[in-house]
Amino acid sequence: MPDQNIESLSKTMLSLTDVSIGYGAESVVHNASFTLNAGQIGCLLGPSGCGKSTLLRGIAGFEQIHHGEIRMQSNILSSPLTTVSPELRKIGMVFQDFALFPHLTISENISFGLHRWQNSDRIHRVAQLLHMVGLSELGHRYPHSLSGGEQQRIALARALAPKPKLLLLDEPFSSLDVELRQTLVPEVRQILQQEQISAILVTHDQMEAFAMADQIAVMESGQIHQWDTGYNLYHKPQTRFVADFIGEGEFLQARVIDHLSVDSSLGTLQSAYGHGYNIEDNVEILIRPDDVLHDDDSTLTAKILSKHFRGSHFLYRVMMNNNQRLFCFASSHHNHAIGDEIGVVLDIDHLVMFRRNE
Amino acid sequence: MCSAILYFDPQTAPKEDTWKDTQQREAILSSKMVTKTLTGQQRTRSSWNWLGPMAVVIAITLSIPVLIIVGFSFYGETTVWEHLADTVLRRYITNTIVLMLGVSVGVLLLGVGSAWLTSAFDFPGRSLFVWALLLPLAIPAYIIAYTYTGLLDFAGPVQTSIREVTGLSYGEYWFFEIRSLPGAVVMLSLVLYPYVYLLARTAFLEQSVNAIEVSRTLGLSIKASFYKVAIPLARPAIATGLTLALMETVADFGTVQFFGVDTFTTGIFRTFYGFGDSVATAQLAATLLTFVAVLVFIERRSRWRARYYTTGQQSAHAKRVRLYGTKALGAWCMCFMPLAFGFLIPAGQLGYWAATHASQFDLNFALLVWNSFSLAFLAALIALFVALLLAYAKRVYSTNIVNTSVGIASLGYALPGTIIAIGVIIPLAWLDHQLIAFAKHALMWDIGLLLSGTVFALLIAYTIRFLAISIGAVESGLNKIRPSLDEAGLSLGRKKLWVLTKIHIPLMRGSVLTALLIVFVDVLKELPATLILRPFNYNTLAVRAYELASDERLADAAPASLMIVFVGIAPVILLSRSISAGRPGTN
Repeated sequence: MPDQNIESLSKTMLSLTDVSIGYGAESVVHNASFTLNAGQIGCLLGPSGCGKSTLLRGIAGFEQIHHGEIRMQSNILSSPLTTVSPELRKIGMVFQDFALFPHLTISENISFGLHRWQNSDRIHRVAQLLHMVGLSELGHRYPHSLSGGEQQRIALARALAPKPKLLLLDEPFSSLDVELRQTLVPEVRQILQQEQISAILVTHDQMEAFAMADQIAVMESGQIHQWDTGYNLYHKPQTRFVADFIGEGEFLQARVIDHLSVDSSLGTLQSAYGHGYNIEDNVEILIRPDDVLHDDDSTLTAKILSKHFRGSHFLYRVMMNNNQRLFCFASSHHNHAIGDEIGVVLDIDHLVMFRRNE
Repeated sequence: MCSAILYFDPQTAPKEDTWKDTQQREAILSSKMVTKTLTGQQRTRSSWNWLGPMAVVIAITLSIPVLIIVGFSFYGETTVWEHLADTVLRRYITNTIVLMLGVSVGVLLLGVGSAWLTSAFDFPGRSLFVWALLLPLAIPAYIIAYTYTGLLDFAGPVQTSIREVTGLSYGEYWFFEIRSLPGAVVMLSLVLYPYVYLLARTAFLEQSVNAIEVSRTLGLSIKASFYKVAIPLARPAIATGLTLALMETVADFGTVQFFGVDTFTTGIFRTFYGFGDSVATAQLAATLLTFVAVLVFIERRSRWRARYYTTGQQSAHAKRVRLYGTKALGAWCMCFMPLAFGFLIPAGQLGYWAATHASQFDLNFALLVWNSFSLAFLAALIALFVALLLAYAKRVYSTNIVNTSVGIASLGYALPGTIIAIGVIIPLAWLDHQLIAFAKHALMWDIGLLLSGTVFALLIAYTIRFLAISIGAVESGLNKIRPSLDEAGLSLGRKKLWVLTKIHIPLMRGSVLTALLIVFVDVLKELPATLILRPFNYNTLAVRAYELASDERLADAAPASLMIVFVGIAPVILLSRSISAGRPGTN
């Protein structure tokens, strides 16, 4: 047992316990808790104004916390009584606007945090990082002559240079265009893994979160709704907000029949696992687009209300005979016109349900 | 003093919402280009046709004085010039350089420190200091010099109390001789540091807070970040502020003249009146012009470089670090000192003198006020009118030649009043003599000095010196009126005159009033050009203060000085309001 304890301690990189942060009397983050293991990439995901950036700044040490504590490995970084200065935390940060120092060359920017290093080590480290981000030939240039994507990579290299234990990224891709984002996201993830560094990313873009992060915290109004993998957030959302915010879906009114099944406008639906609600409870069932499959042979039909072409597939908005509206995925070969009746099949593996508020 | 140049240069305008601004500017640019391609032909045929050539003519006319001075430097050496070169020229150069170096140190110490304290920290009184630190701009350097001389010379209250307390008499104790080169350095630094303060503060606020935060996540303390990040990032802005302060320094006449420090401006004055040699005077002015040219070059370069020194968007978290206890007290003292010595003490002393010399406020004083105010108002109107012509020419007719013309016409802010005065009087005097000869010959009538002996000469000089301020204010107003507004009006079937009166005038009113006010105040403060160009027996407040002070009647000079300071506070309030509001010229 003690061995296991030590091991789990050494594996934990960052832990937040009941952290609350606020400006004045109003608190912007309430009781946030999560644990990030060494080498993992975490993500704070949520709509703007949900407190994700404030929480990140709390971890960086720019905001004092009013309640709870933030620990890195076994050291307390923040508590209501003490706040370790940002410069002493060994936490790197990449900012939304990159904040490259315009008066320094790229090499000088990267070596900015290496002021305590030996000269030769410093030169070696800068060269190594420039090589890693694939911009070796740009060392002597100034930031304003770089493109957005290049600036992003330099900002990352600069934050990584002093070998921080944890890297924070505040909306690092939001000022880049979509195409660049798609190539940079996997690249950045690869660099972080190569450096074996733990990181926390802030974003409002769930696709970015899925592509980057091992563990994602979905935040709303200063609260963490769920700290989980992307897969679980989509398939096993724990609150209605998470179910609504992540992916697409439709909520169905339903009533519990027994411990496995419910009665809904789509008939009796059965779950593979017990759902834990009482018989006769009023609930809402989450139906994802991939729970409703298009099948030309099906006898169950629905009318197409609208459609979105997504390249590999169509996302149809359909209406059943009983006026129930649903989303439905279909392969892009199945191009139907709006108003067409198409066959659909329900393929529900497990029921995701929430208590209905009357 | 042209304090307003700080604000009305579009590049130094506070960029609280930089990105919005650039977006807007880009929108303006692109819509301009569209207009050009779509309605280019229509435009050239339009009734605005005369504006372009007009702008070029104005620019050429206004640059005649400088061209004449430059021209004289190729004239060859006169005996007076040889004499000057042998005797005083070296002293003029050394004194001017020492003065500039001293003032540089002074304004940097007073300006950068207070700017950093008020932008990065929070302490009791901070919000008051933010604008109060600008107040010394209201006092012309020569007036603060008169005031401190009255306070600190042998018969002044400070030395008198020292003698009373210690029982020592004259010569038995050491006291700072205010009427000296170091004294001039102190006086000029006290009233010119706000240039550095304002530009440095804007730069510190504009710096992405992230820049400091990045530096801290990379292991540097706040203090180390200040030296390694904040200061280097603000360097172009600080350099701009410094060059503006130095332009005022080389232009200063009243202080150095009163303190008996020989610099170019006093030399020009003395050569002109003592030797009556316009060639040597112009050549002296040309030498001073090279100093000015270097300053303009540095200023332009730092403004240009500053464009690259903005770090992305500003984050909303401009959190100031709260100071307590002795640290807060220290910060308070650091900010209070320049305010006290640069404004409170001299203004208080002036108020005291004026109150104890109430007899000065008589009919003569009223006439003095009327002379000054009417002259300043007339000059402000003329500068505004010319500025409107130039700004509209640039808007309708944005060609290289028009833009260059407007640029040349706005260079006057860098020119010392003495140079402009000499450059104006030489051609006007020549023209007058031609006119007199012609009139005598043809009309048998002695018309006198029609141009050089009347306020006409003064008005021309003021226009050259202060046009940049008007242009800046008008342009900042005009930039807010997007071309699409004009086009919307025209496309709704309205006439151009309707667009002008119903769209432009209401939107421009604030900027136009600002332009009028600031030129008005600057003309009121202007001393050397007025002194050289004023008609015989024509007195203004500034000239009267100068004359009384020269006669050692410092207390008697107080009412006129106080009036200038009092009026001078108005643009400072405007400036401080635009600091908090963000955009200049906004109503």
